[in-house]
Amino acid sequence: MTMTLNALTIADARDLLAKGDVTSRDLTQSCLDAISDASALNAVVTTTADMALEMADSADARIKAGDATAMTGIPLGVKDLFCVEGVRSQAASKILDGFTPRYESTVTSKLWASGAVMLGKLNMDEFGMGSATEYSVYGSTVSPWRATGSETKLTAGGSSGGSAAAVAADLCLGATGTDTGGSIRQPAAFTGTVGLRPTYGRCSRWGIIAYASSLDQAGPMTKTVRDAAIMLGAMAGHDAKDSTSADIAVPDFEAAITGDIRGKKIGIPREYRLDGLSDAIAKQWDDGAAMLRDAGAEVVDISLPHTKYALPTYYVIAPAEASSNLSRYDGVKYGHRAKLGAGDGIDDMYEKTRAEGFGTEVQRRVMLGAYVLSAGFYDAYYRKAQRVRTLIKGDFEKVFADGIDAILTPATPSPAFALGAAAEMNPVEMYLNDVFTVTLNLAGLPGISVPSGLSADGLPLGLQLIGKPWEEGDLLNTAAALEKAAGFTAKAARWW
Amino acid sequence: MTELTYTEPKPKIYAGATGDWELVIGLEVHAQVASKAKLFSGASTTFGAEPNSNVALVDAGMPGMLPVINQFCVEQAIRTGLGLKAQINLTSAFDRKNYFYPDLPQGYQISQLYHPIVGEGEILVDMTPGIGRTVRVERIHLEQDAGKSIHDMDPTMSFVDLNRTGVALMEIVSKPDIRGPEEAAEYVRKLRQILRYLGTCDGNMQNGNMRADVNVSVCRPGQYEKYQATQDFSHLGTRCELKNMNSMRFIQQAIDFEAKRQIAILEDGGSIDQETRLYDPTKGETRSMRSKEEAHDYRYFPDPDLLPLVVSQDLVDEIAARQPELPDEKRTRFVTAFGMTEYDASVLTSEVESANYFEAVAEGRDGKMAANWVINELFGRLNKEGIALSESPVSAAQLGGIIDLICNGDISGKIAKDLFEIIWTEGGEPADIVEARGMKQVTDTGAIEAAVDDVINGNPAQVEKAKANPKLAGWFVGQVMKSTGGKANPQAVQAIVRTKLGLEED
Repeated sequence: MTMTLNALTIADARDLLAKGDVTSRDLTQSCLDAISDASALNAVVTTTADMALEMADSADARIKAGDATAMTGIPLGVKDLFCVEGVRSQAASKILDGFTPRYESTVTSKLWASGAVMLGKLNMDEFGMGSATEYSVYGSTVSPWRATGSETKLTAGGSSGGSAAAVAADLCLGATGTDTGGSIRQPAAFTGTVGLRPTYGRCSRWGIIAYASSLDQAGPMTKTVRDAAIMLGAMAGHDAKDSTSADIAVPDFEAAITGDIRGKKIGIPREYRLDGLSDAIAKQWDDGAAMLRDAGAEVVDISLPHTKYALPTYYVIAPAEASSNLSRYDGVKYGHRAKLGAGDGIDDMYEKTRAEGFGTEVQRRVMLGAYVLSAGFYDAYYRKAQRVRTLIKGDFEKVFADGIDAILTPATPSPAFALGAAAEMNPVEMYLNDVFTVTLNLAGLPGISVPSGLSADGLPLGLQLIGKPWEEGDLLNTAAALEKAAGFTAKAARWW
Repeated sequence: MTELTYTEPKPKIYAGATGDWELVIGLEVHAQVASKAKLFSGASTTFGAEPNSNVALVDAGMPGMLPVINQFCVEQAIRTGLGLKAQINLTSAFDRKNYFYPDLPQGYQISQLYHPIVGEGEILVDMTPGIGRTVRVERIHLEQDAGKSIHDMDPTMSFVDLNRTGVALMEIVSKPDIRGPEEAAEYVRKLRQILRYLGTCDGNMQNGNMRADVNVSVCRPGQYEKYQATQDFSHLGTRCELKNMNSMRFIQQAIDFEAKRQIAILEDGGSIDQETRLYDPTKGETRSMRSKEEAHDYRYFPDPDLLPLVVSQDLVDEIAARQPELPDEKRTRFVTAFGMTEYDASVLTSEVESANYFEAVAEGRDGKMAANWVINELFGRLNKEGIALSESPVSAAQLGGIIDLICNGDISGKIAKDLFEIIWTEGGEPADIVEARGMKQVTDTGAIEAAVDDVINGNPAQVEKAKANPKLAGWFVGQVMKSTGGKANPQAVQAIVRTKLGLEED
């Protein structure tokens, strides 16, 4: 049994732990073994084996003492964007070289307080900027998935590609991710896993290295919808240390999963049916709608008229905030500092340090952001983008007010692409990957990516459900119905 | 209560070679909010702590750290706004001002550009009794202070102290209503006084807790009035900003220098470059720090880590209800209630502590007399010895006791000064000292008569002279005072001397 413990879902592991059939130590060891066998995936960038086993032992003691929560003893991976006390946390960036925080992010400290076990840090795109986990100081993450009959290395998506790959390859039972423009949902869709981005303000951002503050939100990446519900319950909650965290009670998300979605109104936004949307994706979408209809939901066409402006709006606001958030990385206080020549002044230090420390995509977005905020351009770009953001939010408010309970869309325009393909695309092509996901970040809404089937060449595809603010329970229930109807059980064939 | 009325001071005129010039001045005063903790962190604001000992994670710009507004600083800003009769904006917002500097660990300063917490208000700048100008305040916003870069500790390295980083500042921005160097200094003095009354800033300029950026331009007479009528700045000259002034004297000197510099350029046919300048107090001149072209692009935008700052009208009302009496009201009340001069009222109200001290002395006593004793004897002595009122060896109760003894006729004004001296050096209860040391003045006419008789009998020649020239009676009074050790009631002595010498009262 030990060999397959790492393949358990959180829900199953919880039940086995509660019954005493397995120990957290065995579960954890099984994950650690899987991690050490999976270096080819480059999903885990720091393994904290000693810490994991120690935490597993205390979890076992806690379970014995009858003091367990649903997450007690569950081994997790943590995206490198989360500060974990005493563990290198550098947002996959050279500029934070060796940075080891003396503090713990609120989300991870909640997870540890619930008894979850820290396995290690997971790869990602530098500072969360990217859609392929290729822009990382640790190198690219390789998806456990391969197209049928192909040995081409594929992306696990990004920016939470390490988290997605680790969950898909059973290196952990669940992982934390963050989602600024789709960084949880897109990698989940690429790897046949479940990725939930909660309502903005549901999880504290304190201790998560910031990319774009008004869009960033942490969420769970898991094997099942139920697991996402369980894990979100342990991550969420008001935090006085984050002014944007909402003082709203955290319901029992798992209890919301009843399987009954009869009478729910599901919207299909016509603006998401893009020109050139692949037949495979379009079919998935139609199939998904049919599944929800069969489960008793009412499926209706809706309009979100400002959708086409979402991507450009996102690529003004996110870089603007990023350019400011990342200005603290200056070589003065921590992380990388460039070697200076004789006579170099403070500006030389900044320029050299940031040129060496930031990768190309981060540099591109920092410059883009500085540009849209600069005098003379602010009104034309940033202010206008904020206005459009309000309109996009208004689109959603209107359909929800009209009685729509959730919105069904594709999660990505295509299945996972080959590693290295991003380098050949121009940045705008790359940014198109986020076309279905960014809208809800702009509106602050919860969204979930659910695996719905395989492409013709055997790669996972995902559908996205967008929910009402603070209604993650309802969203998870609809997602669970979709998950059940889709019956996705495929696993990546082990090649690593 | 009658209002004191003020006439506006004349603008300062600079006579140039081509005619007269006037000044237009606006100030941006940075006042450190009196608060134990910083604007967005719980770190202490204590001055003079070990370098980098008062630094929270967010102050140091650590990854993932977030600001949380200190509600007390918000209340202090509201209190200040109310004190300047300003509009309080129930919704305001924080913006980021982005620039790189090692003492700015976040890479941006959190400030309020677009939506300040306090809107328009005013300050009465009273120059001398009856002369004063109401200067309009444009806005007050809350912002973070930066840290301190230290460049002179090592030949190759610079050091950074983050203790001040993130400390709350109020930036108080005036309209360009100030018309001379003295007025500018008085404006800062008055603002400082109000802030100290309110307890929202300690006004310590030496520690940098209050500092001013001064905008100066020059124009021809008549131009300012056109600006006033239209609020159109094109009627005014190009301004230069004098950065970071931390003394009223320097403010005055720098403006004066800057006015003359600008006039000289203009009269030479040149034009003024809008720029930021620094005043060098040792050389007594301003020099260019950066031109408009070199000005930073701060890329302001709303801080996404903070929600709009919303305060309730209830909170504003509650703060308003607890506002202390401010200098203008207090000065007016002192003039009307105690009948003192506006000048004396200004002296007594310059600090809330001195006003409180005075009121304790004046309580149930003659106000004018109390004012005289507080200003002339006590303040005079404190100033001379360089002692703060809070350290005064003579308490309000003791000074009140001295005044009571005078009013009861127990001691003369002269003895009272001796008594003051004794209490200043030795302390003690005034009445007890007078009793114990036999300082009570003699009002027993029998005893005085006996003393007068002694002097008259002993000086027959003087008696004759005095009878011829009544003015010489004063000599007898002096002799009697001397022989009684100054304790005889001088009025009684005078009367008895005149009667005994046969001089009629006239």
